[in-house]
Parts: sequence; structure tokens; C-alpha cells
Amino acid sequence: MSILVNKNSRILVQGITGNEGNFHAWQMYEYGNNVVAGVTPGKGGEWVFEGKVPVFDSVKVAKEATGANVSVIFVPAHFAGDAMLEAADAGIELIVCITEGIPVRDMMLVRKYLDQKGSKLIGPNCPGLITPSEAKVGIIPGNITMPGNIGVISRSGTLTYEVLYAMKLLGIGTSTCVGIGGDPISGLSYIDLLEMFELDPLTDQIVLIGEIGGTDEQRAADYISRYMTKPVVAFIAGQSAPPGKRMGHAGAIIESGSGTAEEKIKALQEVGVQIARHPEDIAILLNR
Amino acid sequence: MKLHEYQSKKIFDRFDVPIPKGRVTNFASEAKQIAEELGGRVVIKSQVLVGGRGKAGGIKLARDPKQAKELATEILGMEIKGLPVRKILVDEIVDIDQEIYLGITNDRTCRQPVVIASSSGGIDIEEVAQISPEKIFKLSIDPLLGLQDFQIRDIALGIDLKHEYWKQFIKILHGLYRAYLDMDATLAEINPLVITKDKRLIALDAKMIIDDNALFRHPELMELRDLDVEVPAEIEAQKYGLSYIKLDGDIGCMVNGAGLAMATMDIISQFGGKPSNFLDIGGGAGATKVAAALRIILSDPNVKVILINIFGGITRCDEVAKGLLSALTDVKTKVPVVVRLVGTNAEEGRELLANENVQTANTLVEAANISVRLSTGGKS
Repeated sequence: MSILVNKNSRILVQGITGNEGNFHAWQMYEYGNNVVAGVTPGKGGEWVFEGKVPVFDSVKVAKEATGANVSVIFVPAHFAGDAMLEAADAGIELIVCITEGIPVRDMMLVRKYLDQKGSKLIGPNCPGLITPSEAKVGIIPGNITMPGNIGVISRSGTLTYEVLYAMKLLGIGTSTCVGIGGDPISGLSYIDLLEMFELDPLTDQIVLIGEIGGTDEQRAADYISRYMTKPVVAFIAGQSAPPGKRMGHAGAIIESGSGTAEEKIKALQEVGVQIARHPEDIAILLNR
Repeated sequence: MKLHEYQSKKIFDRFDVPIPKGRVTNFASEAKQIAEELGGRVVIKSQVLVGGRGKAGGIKLARDPKQAKELATEILGMEIKGLPVRKILVDEIVDIDQEIYLGITNDRTCRQPVVIASSSGGIDIEEVAQISPEKIFKLSIDPLLGLQDFQIRDIALGIDLKHEYWKQFIKILHGLYRAYLDMDATLAEINPLVITKDKRLIALDAKMIIDDNALFRHPELMELRDLDVEVPAEIEAQKYGLSYIKLDGDIGCMVNGAGLAMATMDIISQFGGKPSNFLDIGGGAGATKVAAALRIILSDPNVKVILINIFGGITRCDEVAKGLLSALTDVKTKVPVVVRLVGTNAEEGRELLANENVQTANTLVEAANISVRLSTGGKS
């Protein structure tokens, strides 16, 4: 078991003929073999991966032809908003947007429309998600994690890899690992995923990786104290970050004193979440 | 990207938000001329991207063109919070009856725009929010529906605005919302929006912050950039697709990924060191990019050691190592370098890098430990 994606997921790649999209779609194809279609407007009728995966002009056509139910988006920031709206309009259940640098205005519209359509969104500006040995949707390297009973939720990319890898070195695997992205406005939140992991019979503990900016971690802490029975271990990046400076991610900024790592750590500690001092420490804090 | 008051006012004007008559200039003599055109009494406002201009003496009233020139000369010679005043805005003086606050910003929690209004304008709105939160009126806007008249009437009621001003207020808030949307602003603020003695509503001050991610839609804004507020090394980094922020420590950091870069800085701090920067080299650690990153880090003379932390994942580490080596040959520095590589072929990568000036580490903890020791002068 796992959450969101598994071996039955039928994955569609929007932007499959672009450099980035093509490279990662191939990695995904090799990993779980469930990439069923690609979409690039204007390239419908072509095939990729030695004629194994068809390319379509639109998500709607691709979905009708292949039964795709998950879409992963690699198109440039200018077009990403449109791509997400298209996927939702076609009735794709889970949309994963890897693209970074999407304007906030676009994301406000996208999120509103997706909510109305009932599509779930992961990202944007995220590494995607992986259910080890079953499905890899996005860019998380397949070889740094293995099947297990830990659910991982993270706002970061390579920091998540660091944690997965440290866990693997100690023989700890994941049920599903979800990178929710580093933008101020995005799809599924910590709370949505905590709820899914709480209900997933094969997840026993959860790792939450956060960073400075916003108040999502504080709200997660509140949720944990009310509803979670499974233990949570957390790491918050940016304890040494100065206020007013955007630390790479659009959402990672301490504004008028709020969104500091310190207040997030305090909120989580108060509800009994164990806080790791550094990424490798997370693996050590997990109960085995 | 923050815009200056005069730039924001120009935008407001385009969207039918009334602004005072006035003009921006770099010259005191021109300030005199503008004052003459405006009838003598003017306000001289320094154009620097910091708050508290008034308190710092950067905003002054002149009773006639002669005094306008004197004050302009004085203000143009000032530095406010470390920033030189290069431009001044010379505006007409209006007689104020009441001051209102009106702003639109992105609400991260509700994921939609929010209008914030208050009958207590002219002062720091965050202060108002703390001292008398009942004076702040907030209204969330559905981005698919847009801002509707009835909502604006709700706001007018919420801040006790007299009926006679509603028509003007509705027009101004619609204009502000269009400016906010059209310009991809993350903040569009009028503080204060004044009611004049002759019953007009005018935006006396203006502030806009534009979403950096949306600048591709506004190429005209690139010319409005104020390089005084940007650190030269940070501008240089952008050219190479690097995200760099200068800090005040002595351990240079080069990391792929923003979250991991922050975590690397944190662990250095935990072990008693001080990072000299945040640097995310992004995807692909090719030789050109690494060399640029090295040069930028080394442009800070305080740097005593550089920690390079690359989590390769799919990327082959021997390729990354070759890139690093070529960059190190190219840049030539005596500053010791600590490299930590993870990913495919990490062993080969580390072997390639083994030389007198480079130390390799297996884990982040180890790399941070070595770096801190080197920065404090200890031997490793």
C-alpha cells in the first residue's frame, strides 16, 4: 500500500518531447514502466522511447486513448499554468507539476479551478513523488530509496533526497515520498498528506521536512496534535537564514518576522514532534 | 522586485487611480522649475527603496520654488539607511482631511488576493494591526470571480467611509485591483489614500512589489530596476542561473538545491561555524556554472574555506568531479575546498578530486565538521 500513486497508476507526461521532460520521462518509464502517454501540442502522432509511448496533441485525447489518470508536467513556467488547467479540464485525478518559477497570479487561478474540478495537485516547483518499486512520478532518483513503512512529506527537492538516502543507508524505506514544492501557493499541503498517511495501513511513521516562510508547518503542528496517532519526525531548514531574503524557493522567505524556522520548530515540538538537528539525524530518530 | 513610489504612481495613474500632480527628477534646479509649475508649495520626496523616509528627513515641505531647490539639494545629497538618494519626487501639496489605508496583497493561507483597508491610514499598517486590529478590514477575493462592486461597498462600510465618497472609492479600488493583476504585483498599496479638504480622494503615496517569477511578462520593468538595493555579486550570480545571497560568515557554500543549501548552512552554524553565503547552483553542475559560483563565493574576501555539497542522484558524480576540477584549475585559489558528493559513481568522483587543496567527505556531517575546523584555523 501507499498513497496517491502505485503500480496501477497510468502516467501521462506533459512536455515529453522537451529536454527535461524527455530525460525524466525515460527515468520514470524505466523505473515503473507505467508511463502510458505523452502530450506536446503540435507533436501528436509521434512516438517516443523506441515506439513504446505515443505522443498526443492534448491531454483530453491522450486520456481517452490510454486511460491516463496521473499527469506530470515538465513544460516551461510560461505555459505551466495552461498545462495544469488543461489536465484538470480533461479530468485527470492527480496533477504533478515539476516546473519552477510560475507566477503567483497564475497559481491562484489554477488552484481555484482545480479545486472546483476535483483534481489533486502536487507542486509546482517540486520533485514529484515516489512509491518505491511501484511508481515514480517526477524527478526523485529511484535508487536512493526503497520500499518501507515511512511516509515522507517535504517542501524541498535535493534535501529530500539527502533524507531518503540517509534512511536507506540505515535500511529504512518509504511507503510514499511526496515533494509538495517550495512555492507560496501550491497544491496538496502537509495536512492533506498527513491525513492520507494516517489512513494508510502500511505507513507507520511520518517524516516532515519543512523550511522557512509561511505558516504551513505551524498548521501541520495543529493538525498533528488533533488528529495524528502515528509518530512524526521533522526537520526545518533555514535556521541560519536572514529575514527579508528569498532563499532560492519563492516561498522560502521570512517576512516581517514571521515564518522563521524557530517558531516552526517550537510549534512542532509543543505537539510532541521530534525535531532532527540535521538531515542525517532524521534517520536516527525514526523508531525501528 | 520593489518599485519606487514614482514608478508605482505612474502605474496607478494608468489605471485611473488619482495621484497628486508632480514629477520625478535627479536635479535640484529642476525641482525649482516643477515647484513653479505646481504653484509654489510642494513636497520633496526622496526615492529610495526603504521604509521610514519621513523620519530620516527624506521628505520635506517647501513653501516656494526657492526653498524647493534648497531642500532638493539637501535631500539629493543624503543617504538613507545606506542608500544614496538619486531621485526625488516633487509633488503638489494637498490639504488633507482624512487618511485611509488601502492595499491588495496575496494571501498565502487562503491562496487568493486580499484587500486590506483601514480608517487609520498614513502610519505603518502592521503597527495598526498590532495595536488596534479592530481598525483593519480584510476582504478575500475569489480570483475566478474578480472584485465586485458590492464587496467594495462592504469595505467602505467596514472603514466607515462617508457615502459621498463611495463613488470615488469604488473607482479607485477597481483601478488598484486591475493594477495589481495586470502588473503581477504581490503588493499594491496606497498609504495614505487621502480625502482632501475639497472632497477628492488621492493616492498620496504608492508602493508596489512585483512577483519576480512574473518578470518575464513585464520586460519594461527591467529598466526600472534599482541596482543600488541589489548586491553586485547577487546580480552577477543571476546571470549564470545561480541563486546567491551574501551573508557575513567565512565558510563559502555551494550546494545544489535551495532546501539542501539552507540545511548545509544550518549544520555549519550548529557546529560553530558561520556560512558566508547561500548559493544554490540549481540543476546540472557543469564546469562553467561551478567556476562562476566559485568566483562569486571568492569575491568575498572573508571566505576561508569552501564547502561544496552536491547531491547528484541521477547525475553521475564522476562528471560532476570533472566539472569541479576544471573549474578549480580555471579559478585557481589557495582557499581550501571541501567536497561532498553523493550519487552514481560517487567513489570515482572522490578519487578524481583527491589533491592537495581538496578534501572529500562522505557525509554532510563530516563535510561540515572539516569545514568548520579549517575555518577556525585548526588542522584536520
